[in-house]
Amino acid sequence: MKQSFFTVVSNAALTADVYRMVLEGDTSAITAPGQFINILLDGLYLRRPISVYDADESTVTIIYKVVGEGTEKMSRMTRGERLDVLTGLGNGYDTSLSGNRPLLIGGGVGVPPLYMLAKKLISEGKEVSVILGFNTESEIFCEEEFKALGVKVSVTTADGSYGIKGFVTAAMESGCTYFYTCGPEPMLKAVYAASETSGQFSFEERMGCGFGACMGCSCKTVTGYKRICKEGPVLTKEEILWRK
Amino acid sequence: MAEMRVNLCGEILENPVIPASGTFGFGYEFAELYDINMLGTFSFKGTTRDPRFGNPTPRIAECNCGMINAVGLQNPGVEKVISEEIPKLTEVFHKKVMANVSGFSVEDYAYTCEKLDREEAVGWLEVNVSCPNVHGGGMSFGTSPEAAAEVTRAVKAVTSKPVIVKLSPNVTDIASIAKACEEAGADGISLINTLLGMRINLKTKKPVIANKMGGFSGPAILPVALRMVYQVYEAVNIPIVGMGGVSRAEDVIEMMLAGATAVEVGAANLVDPFACKNIIENLPAVMKKYGIEKLEDIIGGAHNG
Repeated sequence: MKQSFFTVVSNAALTADVYRMVLEGDTSAITAPGQFINILLDGLYLRRPISVYDADESTVTIIYKVVGEGTEKMSRMTRGERLDVLTGLGNGYDTSLSGNRPLLIGGGVGVPPLYMLAKKLISEGKEVSVILGFNTESEIFCEEEFKALGVKVSVTTADGSYGIKGFVTAAMESGCTYFYTCGPEPMLKAVYAASETSGQFSFEERMGCGFGACMGCSCKTVTGYKRICKEGPVLTKEEILWRK
Repeated sequence: MAEMRVNLCGEILENPVIPASGTFGFGYEFAELYDINMLGTFSFKGTTRDPRFGNPTPRIAECNCGMINAVGLQNPGVEKVISEEIPKLTEVFHKKVMANVSGFSVEDYAYTCEKLDREEAVGWLEVNVSCPNVHGGGMSFGTSPEAAAEVTRAVKAVTSKPVIVKLSPNVTDIASIAKACEEAGADGISLINTLLGMRINLKTKKPVIANKMGGFSGPAILPVALRMVYQVYEAVNIPIVGMGGVSRAEDVIEMMLAGATAVEVGAANLVDPFACKNIIENLPAVMKKYGIEKLEDIIGGAHNG
């Protein structure tokens, strides 16, 4: 983990309420896809944890949905503004377990962390397939970005307005060697039930600190108590204990 | 040269800054970020007799200038704290640590404190009496002078290290509770624990926190904490560890003027992992600004006479 200042390079809407922000700064603490950053915003006490969409030597890109006061404030930020950010948080996805044909399944704002993951898996020579699930056509984002990576992309919409009608599970086919997923908990549960291989799930929880100090985001797993912010957000299929 | 040393119940602290229990784990997450040996000491994660998962999530809610938590004393239990956490802690922290203890019966407190008292790394026992008494209808020990004194006596009977009783602010007369603890043998008083609070989600129209209520902390509570430290200082003759909303060097000085010998920093650590480091580094300049040469000289300075 690192604390440093980042400068907003760009911040633009992708859909009615989903934005992409590029931040420039010290990205050296970001070591795996699926990690998150924690952003301090003026006038708000707690930081906002946001998953990393992509990162290189000097920039980190996040894609976030406006869901409350913090993300609303973020959506109004402009180029040049400076932010106090904690980087390199969470365990991230482990690509060593993927086998040759990993499947990536994202739902809504669970899609962004899969982008950097897809890039890493491709760089390791793996044949990546992606399922992106949304409620309706107007909420779709990042389809082109994934396609530009040269991977097979299936899009599902719950109302059938675009792509395959239904939830992400409607596009899941046999033949993948492993899967990686991120999305709302009902979707994760459905993927868990439909999956035929092992895989990794990225979870969301309301956090205090985001770096393991407050125990605000603990969950029970097969292998004991884990902090979503520290030992998570990624858990393997075998260790998940669904809460009722 | 600014003199920051203070004497807390017979142990000298290099400076009065102490990360508060529940915001600093067992130290090692923070030791990855800076040398935590610069701290006066720190109060480790509240430890109970048995392992606890704590409350369901969500456990955290944000507030204006603060936060509510209902973690529910998640900890691995005293046996594992001694066999696993303290050895890890002593690798990165070479000073005496403050052991924070909670319990749900008088026997629980005595059992856990007796075990931790034998640990060489432990310098003080900080006894959190804000927990519900399962044998007393769930009322917190800290809400009655008799119950708080009973815990204090039971812990004092089985320990040799200084016992600091950590008081709840959710009471009508905190001074009488502090006084009862002093009379029962407490070596120090720390206060305030969090204020009971709540937030309601406007979308779901239900409490944000699964436990419904939780402990409110952060800069918003500093004035309440200062008032209570001030009142307790007038009531007792044992050292006070002041806490509640402290996030700057100026707050440390204000807390000491109210009567604190040492000062704990809680929620600030969760927002800025370097909060305590920054406070300690800023203290000399702030002392100079206000003409303070020796921090010990200002303890209780705001009181008349």
